[in-house]
Amino acid sequence: MAEFDETLGRNTVADSVPAGVHARSLTEFESLGGKVITKPFLVLAALALIGVILMLYRYMAGLGAVTNLSDGYPWGIWITYDVLIGTALGCGGYATAILVYAFNRWEYHPVVRSAVLTSVFGYSLAGLAIFLDIGRYWNGYKLFLPWSVNFNSVLVEVALCIAAYVVVLWIELLPAILERYPDNAKAVATRQRLERWLPVIVAVGILLPTMHQSSLGTLMIIAGHKLSPLWQTSLLPFYFLLSAIAMGFAVTVFESILSSMAFKRPYETPMLARISVCMAWLLVVYLAVRFADLLLRGAPVFTSGFLSFMFILENLLYLAPVIILLSPALRQSLRWLFLSAISMLLAGSLYRFDAFLIGYNPGPGWHYFPAPAEIFITLGIVALELMAYLYFVKRFPVLPTEHA
Amino acid sequence: MGLSRRDFLKVSASGGLLLASNLAPVPALARDPVPRLPEAVGILYDATACIGCKACMSACKEYNHLPPDHYNPSNIWDDPIDLSAKTVNIVKLYVNGTAQAKDQEINGYSYIRRFCMHCVDPSCTSACPVRALHKASNTGVVMYDKSACIGCRYCQIACPYNIPKFQWDQAFPQIVKCQLCSQRFAQGGYSACCEFCPTGASIFGNVQDLLKEAKRRLSLKVGEFADYPLQRVDSPNKVSRQVTPYLQHIYGDKEGGGSQVLMLANVPFNKLGLPQLPPTSQASHSETLYHTLYKGMIVPYVVLGGLFALIYKNTTGHGLP
Repeated sequence: MAEFDETLGRNTVADSVPAGVHARSLTEFESLGGKVITKPFLVLAALALIGVILMLYRYMAGLGAVTNLSDGYPWGIWITYDVLIGTALGCGGYATAILVYAFNRWEYHPVVRSAVLTSVFGYSLAGLAIFLDIGRYWNGYKLFLPWSVNFNSVLVEVALCIAAYVVVLWIELLPAILERYPDNAKAVATRQRLERWLPVIVAVGILLPTMHQSSLGTLMIIAGHKLSPLWQTSLLPFYFLLSAIAMGFAVTVFESILSSMAFKRPYETPMLARISVCMAWLLVVYLAVRFADLLLRGAPVFTSGFLSFMFILENLLYLAPVIILLSPALRQSLRWLFLSAISMLLAGSLYRFDAFLIGYNPGPGWHYFPAPAEIFITLGIVALELMAYLYFVKRFPVLPTEHA
Repeated sequence: MGLSRRDFLKVSASGGLLLASNLAPVPALARDPVPRLPEAVGILYDATACIGCKACMSACKEYNHLPPDHYNPSNIWDDPIDLSAKTVNIVKLYVNGTAQAKDQEINGYSYIRRFCMHCVDPSCTSACPVRALHKASNTGVVMYDKSACIGCRYCQIACPYNIPKFQWDQAFPQIVKCQLCSQRFAQGGYSACCEFCPTGASIFGNVQDLLKEAKRRLSLKVGEFADYPLQRVDSPNKVSRQVTPYLQHIYGDKEGGGSQVLMLANVPFNKLGLPQLPPTSQASHSETLYHTLYKGMIVPYVVLGGLFALIYKNTTGHGLP
């Protein structure tokens, strides 16, 4: 076990590691230490408990008992929030991996591990949400049998890719877990083996989200006329991919600022500003393609009533970070970086709600608004996610080492 | 370590390949449209001949062992207001203004039957990840196999007619839909709704024959008496009926790539709740886009190879994540 320095309240893994293990990765990250069971943790635990009880009820009484889903709106917030937005929020690991490993920008390396950590929980719990949502879950294993699968189904690509990526994410997190046991010879050997495989793991870890984040958009193509022309386009996969990467950057900035605030650590402002600028340029491309596409198709941007309002709101949220971040003065300010990250997260989330629920109209007479139990199950899943995050950053070397 | 132009180009080339295929407005490898199967069977429904007796609904429930569906809380009658997991066939009523004349759009009314259209190129079978929904290879009937179904309900998202229904009130639910009574085919039977239709408004048969019969009816002279086959398109039993006006449109001939259920009416079909669909199926759009990206997994492997080479080079001399 790592030694624990009571006065600093911080794990000193880096100093107690045998020689021969790569030096860089050991001094770069540290665990926070401190008590895991705190007041906020207990509040989260209560929410998670309510969620778990309602989940059990869902399995006993059926989906209709806890949700407002219907034959008109068969997919609700569990798919839209827990899976679509949950995995897009889990794109921090993917987005920073692109920057560091593909674009060779190693100055961002310190945030990779905490980004991977949020990705691990975002994706793992999206997987849990899928098993809550599918009605005949005992047949779920058939998705993984090549002879029983329909390879024309976009959902197959999404399901297999997400499942594979959850495994890859846990492998990517493994070094952080193993580093906690520097005296264990087996742990050290495993870490060295993982290090050799790094290029393969990272390459797969970039390819898989590229595939399934775009395919999540492709899912709605088959809905045809049921999705408003403001969102129904062959470019759905492109928009879903680009906005997922942008949300990955935004969540990395958001999480870094929030954890610095919560754990009273120094802010990484210059690095966050540079990450935010990458995000802004991505959004410039996104918005340019989005509006050119709408113009070419002659989509009813202003004449769709409530849908027009949601569309304009969604795109203003996309535009706000661009305006903020392209100003050199504003992007040096932590407050504006934080605001632009939040705006981006809201934009990507609203876009997903629009493309799957708000802009989806199965015909007259159908309505959907999530039931209280449905919302509480989602809150329970989010609470589980936050609890796991808090436990991990306090017990494992995940956050960047303080250079104070 | 800075970002060299060469690295940027490499990443753009590999990642861009995937994006470029998305961006192409007309995908290069458009999937061929699916032709009608020669032995395909279906139903021709003629709203002008329908008297709204709902004998088809009653027969459907009996032969498919479906429970009564109570809309009214008194729980006395089977009174569904729409299709559901308990009702896979329904007769609906269109009403306008004073509702004086049958089969008239303004100040008139019209019946319309709704049940699975048994598309030629169905969205549901394309969407279903585990082939629980599939087209029977000879009859073309869209069949459901509960032993394969995972209950994801993507079929409900995909279907342009909102046909597949889910048992929301069950802990172990199924998808329920019309299967044209294909369990009765082996004994020489056919769709119960057609067997019990008293007016020839619903007739069962080979789709090619049904198309011919539909065209014949559209060519009949209004006001004259004509023979309408009962129950089956090839049946010797016929009723003589005074022809009323038809809209010159066979719904299901071209809609969404065509369907094995065809409909005739004199009120525009969108007024009767049937969607206006383009002549190509949505399944072909979805699959063309999807297969452009994933044909033989070539693009993903190329991207993976490019990423690996790049990352291998970049990680030399750097540590683990």
